[in-house]
Amino acid sequence: MAKFDLNDDGFVVIVGSGAGGGTLGNELAQKGIKVVVLEAGARNEIQDFVNDEWNSFTRLAWKDMRTTSGSWQVARDFPNLPAWIVKSVGGSTVHWAGASLRFEEHEFKIKTAYGDIAGANLLDWPITLAEMEPWYAKAEFKMGTTRTNGIPGLPGNNNFKVMEAGARKLGYKQVHTGRMSINSQPRDGRGSCQQIGFCFQGCKSGAKWSTLYTEIPKGEATGNLEVRPNSIAVRIEHDAAGKVNGVVYIDGEGKTQKQKARVVAVAGNSLESPRLLLNSHSSMFPDGLANSSGQVGRNYMRHMTGSVYAVFEKPVHMYRGTTMAGIIMDEARHDPKRGFAGGYEMETLSLGLPFMVAFLNPGAWGRSFTTAIDGYANMAGMWLVGEDLPQETNRVTLDPVVKDTNGMPVASVHYDDHANDAAMRNHAYRQGAAVYEAVGAIRTFPTPPYPSTHNLGTNRMSEKPRDGVVNKYGQTHDIKNLFVSDGSQFTTSAACNPTLTIVTLAIRQADHIAGAMQKGEI
Amino acid sequence: MREVDRRSKIDRRKFLTTAAAAPAAVVAVTTGLSVDGAWADNAQALKPETMKTLARVARDVYPHDHLADQYYIAAVIPWDAKAASDPQVKALIEQGVALLNELALARYKSPYAAVAWEEQRVALLREIEQTEFFGKVRGDLLVSLYNNHDVWPKFGYEGSSAEHGGYINRGFNDIDWLS
Repeated sequence: MAKFDLNDDGFVVIVGSGAGGGTLGNELAQKGIKVVVLEAGARNEIQDFVNDEWNSFTRLAWKDMRTTSGSWQVARDFPNLPAWIVKSVGGSTVHWAGASLRFEEHEFKIKTAYGDIAGANLLDWPITLAEMEPWYAKAEFKMGTTRTNGIPGLPGNNNFKVMEAGARKLGYKQVHTGRMSINSQPRDGRGSCQQIGFCFQGCKSGAKWSTLYTEIPKGEATGNLEVRPNSIAVRIEHDAAGKVNGVVYIDGEGKTQKQKARVVAVAGNSLESPRLLLNSHSSMFPDGLANSSGQVGRNYMRHMTGSVYAVFEKPVHMYRGTTMAGIIMDEARHDPKRGFAGGYEMETLSLGLPFMVAFLNPGAWGRSFTTAIDGYANMAGMWLVGEDLPQETNRVTLDPVVKDTNGMPVASVHYDDHANDAAMRNHAYRQGAAVYEAVGAIRTFPTPPYPSTHNLGTNRMSEKPRDGVVNKYGQTHDIKNLFVSDGSQFTTSAACNPTLTIVTLAIRQADHIAGAMQKGEI
Repeated sequence: MREVDRRSKIDRRKFLTTAAAAPAAVVAVTTGLSVDGAWADNAQALKPETMKTLARVARDVYPHDHLADQYYIAAVIPWDAKAASDPQVKALIEQGVALLNELALARYKSPYAAVAWEEQRVALLREIEQTEFFGKVRGDLLVSLYNNHDVWPKFGYEGSSAEHGGYINRGFNDIDWLS
């Protein structure tokens, strides 16, 4: 494995090792470009994962302080945990569910497709589905996504069978075990899914794609990639000409280091990435880096979400097997007749008993709650995930008071549900309950949103520099050797899970960065 | 379908090891005494009556009729050690329980733990639902009660599966009642 010099200024320095950063790092390394990846978390490997929700959360989750405000229920239920993401090498690809869906064509241009919606800050992406298709294909091949490249779908577990039976009775047509980046047969040196469950706690069999044991070791094998765990980026620095030239970070021993850089790519997820840009303010850039538009941190999206759980007369054991291998896609279309713009997916979901009691109805107690939990073995569950609309006032800012252990202001996350989000959630709750009632559910539970797993949009892509932070390659409009490589680039959220699109953009970005470096543009 | 055996299993060896090393209160738990028993008498920081009231509160907050008292007792016992190491915690718990008893005496002429009906005790808890005492005790129970691995089978939850080869040969798709 490569060990690079702090003072060598020839590298691409990437902050974050997840879907965006880990993929970008390997793609660049394969092209012969030297890369240093700074990862805030430790290097937990497969053997360190545990099938135990709280124990795993303690080891893997990003638990550093954050603050919240706004009308979203997460601010009330989990005021210091707005997001459930991972702080460990591999980032949130360690705990992601594996769902890998492409955007619909209209989801790259919703300002055109939906028209103006009051209170929303809609914008078309500067790229189209047609431009993305060849890159999506590369991502699906890399990740081994089922139902692409001739890879069969995963087998359905009990939780899927219940959802599927209800969906068929309701007349839904697009129902299957999903496009999942989880091996349904051995591939790419990894085995097939053992139906362990605990996909969110790190895959013990390695069947699920994660940068931790795919992109990162492949990049390291080239000798061009070094991952530095326990390295918390605190500031990006620039030269007198306004080009970035290095990243200051705190290493595992608490020492301040600076890694010089030719190019910097930020991929710390949509709360940390804008925080890092804002915390990097200087006399030349008093509002933070790449922020001449004032859009850094704005347009925070977290998807319309919610869950429906249902108790049946007989056992389901929903926790057995792949957590999210099951989807109903019929409601993902844009059909304003339903009373909202955009659409949503219904995907199987289960929680173990410890997380079920924490999330089913936060704050609830007494027999209404405990009789629901008594039905745990007879429960089926689904997650509702749909497009939420960008709003300028939904944003990540630097908390004016609260600082982290390194003295840096923490991220403060403000989110108000748009009326469109609320209308979609209510529709989704009704349809989810109807699916289960069609196969005999005794009780259904409209479960409120969990801390956000899909954090998007806070450094959004735009055609014009005044509308967003980065261009169609994730290159910041203001600083040509500074890139954003995670979901914070998303102009709008689309209905589906974001990881496939993040990986796709990273592969495409690597091609752009390599070309620009070769031409001496950066 | 493969079902989960929900019966309690007493592991004699584990019990003997625990009994040799643990304080009296913990031993009492493993022997399955009830809320009213002598298990709380050796509490270090909190009054025995306070411990017993906490155990009653625990069942009233999260009542599961298929769980024996020992699980609720195990869930509240750690408050004694927390109170011993932090006077603020001690005050929070003692004052919270005192307030609950005050309300119970005023309305039912009986301390909280002796109020006869669950509905009556729950009505008292609703009155203090917004207090820090209730919030802390309830929040702690979510983990101390439900993250006890011994209670998982009683809800039909099987816990860790990777070491058993996952569910690929153990019923991930064995549902047999869908038509």
